[in-house]
Amino acid sequence: MAMAVGQSAETVQPTAGRGEWLDRHSGRIMVLPAVLIVLAFAIFPLIVSAYLSVARFALAPGGFKLTFVGLYNFNKLLFGSQQYHFLGTFAAYGPVEWMLLALALAGLLVWLWRFIRSAEFGLYGLVGRLISAGFAGAIVALVNATIIAGGFPGSLVTTLFYVVVGVAVQFAIGLGLALLCTRPIRGRNFFRVVFFLPLMVTPVGIAYTFRMLADMEKGPFAPLRFALHLGEFAWATDPWLARLIVLVGDTWQWTPFMFIVLLAAIENQPRDQVEAAHMDGANALEIFRDITWPAIAPVAATVVLIRLIEAFKIVDLPNVLTNGGPGLATESMTLHSFIAWRTQDLGGSAAIGYILLFVSTVTCVSFFNYAVMRSRRYQ
Amino acid sequence: MSADARPLARRLFEAKSLFVQSPAGKFVTYLVLFFWTAVVLLPLYWVLITSFKLPVEVDSGPFYLPFIDFQPSLDAWHYIFVDLARDTLRPYMNSVIVALAATVLAVSIGSLAAYALVRISFNVKIAVVIAFLILLIGVIVAVAYFGVDWRITAAVAVALFMLFLSTLARRFSRGLGNNDIEFWIISNRIMPPVVAVLPIYIMFQKLHLLDTHIALIATYTAVNLPIVVWLMRDFFAGIPIDLEESAQIDGASKLGIFFTIALPLARSGLAATFMLVLILCWNEYLLALFLSNANAQTMPVLVSAQNGTRGPQWWYMSVLIVIMIAPVIAITAALQRHIARGILLGAVKG
Repeated sequence: MAMAVGQSAETVQPTAGRGEWLDRHSGRIMVLPAVLIVLAFAIFPLIVSAYLSVARFALAPGGFKLTFVGLYNFNKLLFGSQQYHFLGTFAAYGPVEWMLLALALAGLLVWLWRFIRSAEFGLYGLVGRLISAGFAGAIVALVNATIIAGGFPGSLVTTLFYVVVGVAVQFAIGLGLALLCTRPIRGRNFFRVVFFLPLMVTPVGIAYTFRMLADMEKGPFAPLRFALHLGEFAWATDPWLARLIVLVGDTWQWTPFMFIVLLAAIENQPRDQVEAAHMDGANALEIFRDITWPAIAPVAATVVLIRLIEAFKIVDLPNVLTNGGPGLATESMTLHSFIAWRTQDLGGSAAIGYILLFVSTVTCVSFFNYAVMRSRRYQ
Repeated sequence: MSADARPLARRLFEAKSLFVQSPAGKFVTYLVLFFWTAVVLLPLYWVLITSFKLPVEVDSGPFYLPFIDFQPSLDAWHYIFVDLARDTLRPYMNSVIVALAATVLAVSIGSLAAYALVRISFNVKIAVVIAFLILLIGVIVAVAYFGVDWRITAAVAVALFMLFLSTLARRFSRGLGNNDIEFWIISNRIMPPVVAVLPIYIMFQKLHLLDTHIALIATYTAVNLPIVVWLMRDFFAGIPIDLEESAQIDGASKLGIFFTIALPLARSGLAATFMLVLILCWNEYLLALFLSNANAQTMPVLVSAQNGTRGPQWWYMSVLIVIMIAPVIAITAALQRHIARGILLGAVKG
């Protein structure tokens, strides 16, 4: 490529026409390949996928046949035969569940009301907040019916569990480690390199490794079981223990991401302010609250956003670590979609994919608007 | 030090200055840091020693220390590398070829686009974008629903689009700038791959390219393009523009400036992006699961398929995991600063 370009630069004089044309359009020529690839592998599939999600796929002689079925696939997932798999099995609401739901709805209404009364009020803002609030209310109602009331969560709730709890735990551990690493200690570079490693290890490898570690018969923690007199104990048969082990693997892998970014942010905080506060007798907690946190908030919000985007795509760990089981306890939405595809239910698979796109977009855009933008306002 | 006249309790728990920790604080700090070091290293250590164990040693309870607890053996390594040599080497080579080719393509195409988006201003008319989308939907509906041959439909659509470009498009003026194009390319990262993978699967099936290197390379290039554009944009924006301006006055073309000035100046950023994308391609699992079978199978798929009927044979699997993650660990440990820089830039500039 370098040669071809060198040539075009040299031959400007003799064939001015072509060289000039090339230079005038060089911007377009440089962007075009990227745009074409994104069109072919993102926009085109997105449209075809939308079409698949409203169609039924059937193998036919010499290929396949698509029949238009309207919203049948979505209906099946949300209200029909696949509801137990996608949303979960609902239990009846008791007083606690009604109270929690009422509290959440009241909170959302107060939030909307404060926005309406504020100076930022605008039509786009209102529509966006109504979507976010409606989505949040629906999720609270769903979590109430499946987890708190004692039903059984489906792949949507499981995915949200991985995303919300996973990101929160990884952020907390990452921030803690970063704060420790910025204190005056020896071997900072050693810790930095070691803590960074898991991020780059293949998730499939992590999944099998954690299966070995979690083996309470022959794994490294087996003696612990005998020491604590825990009898027969298999995490793979208990839904919450199985989800927990997936979460542990995910946390092992992704904490480094939080760590490395927050570490850089903390190292960039205003040093003189910290020293002045220390002179004035402020303790570590006060310094963190008043100086460090405001300084790193924009980076912290951004790093959580990036992690949220990636967390919704989780598939390798549940698929390999627990095979989605026991039952469908650890199944994420991507895994659910893959299983639907394997059983030739392309329409259902595409529908799950689309709902995942919707859920992750609403969550990420909401987080961006309400958390990331706000954290940048004080800069 | 002897001048410190504070009572013992205060000396233990209070820091003398910002740069010296109290002994108790120091103890807790190191305790936590070494605990997390153990958390990070234990899984890696366990895979490594399991790969040197015999089946009987894995089955008869945990053994921790080679040469003390158990005698390490190369049986599993021998089995994977000699008995199953072909079945191991092919996926390994597939992974190497696919990851390298996709990374080279993604980084070159992505940096070209990122540079152009930083230095050249664009104005894409919204009307053109809408016309394009309508034609694209039309093509898909015509092919999928009315069974028209896709070559004819595509040709008609391209002709209509050209016609639109040369006639009606001039009347519209509202346009999209560089930031919009950038955001559009980067926002593709939000899309979960599972939404796009079915049509990509069907597309490669139609082209008879399923289970080939080309299918994986093309898809991985596309998936990682947004990251490259996102990171390289900042590296290029950080280059002083004076050099490029003086080169332009000397008559160099934009492409020439890109290759002779911008790329060499951004080479550390280029290396960081390259390593990051290479590792992402190497680790990729879901797309390979859909798009490859026996021929183009990559390492992650091979490893995940080890869950045989007799239950996982941990000793063989550990060998596979070790050879899959060893290069990544080596690269990461050696170039940690550079790779982290790529991640940092993406996260901090956002």
